[in-house]
Amino acid sequence: MQALQILIDGFAISSLYALGATGFTLMFGVSGVLNLSHGAIMVVAAVIAWWVAGTFGTGPYIGGLAGVAAAVACGFFTYRVIVKPIQTSGAIPKEEKEIFVLTGTLLWGIMLQEALAFLFTNNPKTVRPLVEGVIPILGVRTPYNEILTAVVSWAAIGLLYLLVNKTRTGKSLLAASMNPRGLTLLGFEMSRIYVLVWAIYGVLTGIAGVLLGSFLGVSSDNAGTLTASAFSIVVLGGLGSVSGSLIAAYVVGYLETVTAYLVAPSIRTVPVLLLLVAVVYLRPQGLLGRR
Amino acid sequence: MIRSRTFLLVVPALLVLALLPLGVGGYILGLLTLAYYYAVFAMSWDLLFGFAGEVNFGPSFLIGIGAYVAALLNHYFNTPIPLCLLAGSLAAVLAGVVLAVPALRLTGPYFGLVTLVAVLMLQNLLVLFAGITGGEIGLDLPDVLAIDDTTNYYYAFAFMVVSGGILFALSRSPVGLILQASGQNATQAAALGFNVAKHKLAAFCISAFFSGLAGAMLIFYLGTASVGTVVDIAVGVNVIIAAVLGGRRTIIGAAVGAIFLIGAGELLRPLGQLATFVVSAVALVVILFFPGGFLGRLLHTGGAE
Repeated sequence: MQALQILIDGFAISSLYALGATGFTLMFGVSGVLNLSHGAIMVVAAVIAWWVAGTFGTGPYIGGLAGVAAAVACGFFTYRVIVKPIQTSGAIPKEEKEIFVLTGTLLWGIMLQEALAFLFTNNPKTVRPLVEGVIPILGVRTPYNEILTAVVSWAAIGLLYLLVNKTRTGKSLLAASMNPRGLTLLGFEMSRIYVLVWAIYGVLTGIAGVLLGSFLGVSSDNAGTLTASAFSIVVLGGLGSVSGSLIAAYVVGYLETVTAYLVAPSIRTVPVLLLLVAVVYLRPQGLLGRR
Repeated sequence: MIRSRTFLLVVPALLVLALLPLGVGGYILGLLTLAYYYAVFAMSWDLLFGFAGEVNFGPSFLIGIGAYVAALLNHYFNTPIPLCLLAGSLAAVLAGVVLAVPALRLTGPYFGLVTLVAVLMLQNLLVLFAGITGGEIGLDLPDVLAIDDTTNYYYAFAFMVVSGGILFALSRSPVGLILQASGQNATQAAALGFNVAKHKLAAFCISAFFSGLAGAMLIFYLGTASVGTVVDIAVGVNVIIAAVLGGRRTIIGAAVGAIFLIGAGELLRPLGQLATFVVSAVALVVILFFPGGFLGRLLHTGGAE
């Protein structure tokens, strides 16, 4: 019985992790940016969803949409105000652009976190579940919301897959991640591609944030941990590889759930960290990494 | 060297700071004492970044190891402070070597991740074994460096000046220049015949030594060793921001950045929640518009030395 519980909870958590990590790795794969404000943007999405639903009395769906919109807005802000100026700046030598982007997004993430804490306090918020009720799955009482989390996560990932592999725009994203120069030579506007990838990033991260808010609840304090989590999953799976981070998300999600149930919830991050250390020492490119 | 602009800026500043206790109260002295220890953290970080070219996301790993080894020795065995300091720094050097091993084989963001993971692991371990380490609450220490503010101030000040002097001299020495070359373009440096790996390892050890020593001294100043003051990711973030803000690869800039950060954080305390926001915002603006940091701006090098 507990095994089934672990299976179900682990699946839901992992799906959520997968969604959160997918945006992160896509961003790195296509534009080479490790966005350290990732966790903060997720929390923004969740808090805005909670706030809109609560303050304006709209249903959780409108709230959710508002949350996703907020995430997209934050994403664009991050790109236009922080990432792009650094990448195109003449004052920063090429080798150092990466650390400046990292530091810049880190600072932005902190700003978002503190602004959220100031405006909404750092008490944990729960977004009202999009679907109420519980359903027994083979004897395990599972909230509909948990099922919805897994379903929506996979729907989003599936849509992304369709976009990238079946549409022309999507394929240009894939091409950009492999050879940006080649793409420019073919006449593609890189700036349009970057805008697209940040938009997709915003949507994915926003959905992940809203789902997280409704499934587990968030507080502005979680921002850093969420970023670290996404970062770890993405490295485990291989930086730049979406399928790699999908697998890694499940490994991490299940490892955490199993540890929390069978050992103690307080040390559930430890096996993951150990795994990370092992991977970095033994196979630094991760499971399916390239670049 | 006497005529260089850096010298002209630094020496008067140091003189003013040295004479500060004569006219200023204990509160400001305490603040600056903390800032001086952070300055050493930041300078050690800058050495690693400027030289090994390695972005260390978890400077608090080295700081924390140095601090906790010293703390545990003092708390459980009542080892005298100087021995604790020595043990702490040596432990940190060892940790630095452990960190260096993957670094010498990894590139780019992977190394950053190792350092980040190292801090998270240390934090988890310390909290897990809270029975021994005091966990989040921390270990209280039977010995302290000194009781009154002025003595503490001078200890920290002297420590900062000496460490800064050594690190700065290193950065300008022939060895330092080779290190810088290895950091900026390892392939070219290797092609010129320098043993890049050996030099990077040296950079790690030096950075680790000063970080660990500063961490150990800090906890003896504070009287307790806790996760929040020496290991937390926030400490590491502050260190990185301080170094980049002050001007990377200048060593001295890191110290300036640290003092600014601690000072600004305190000045803005009345703003309450918003204080961190404002400091981060200012840091972001500086990074975007003055990538050379404070020192870069002042000396008009723009960071491209």
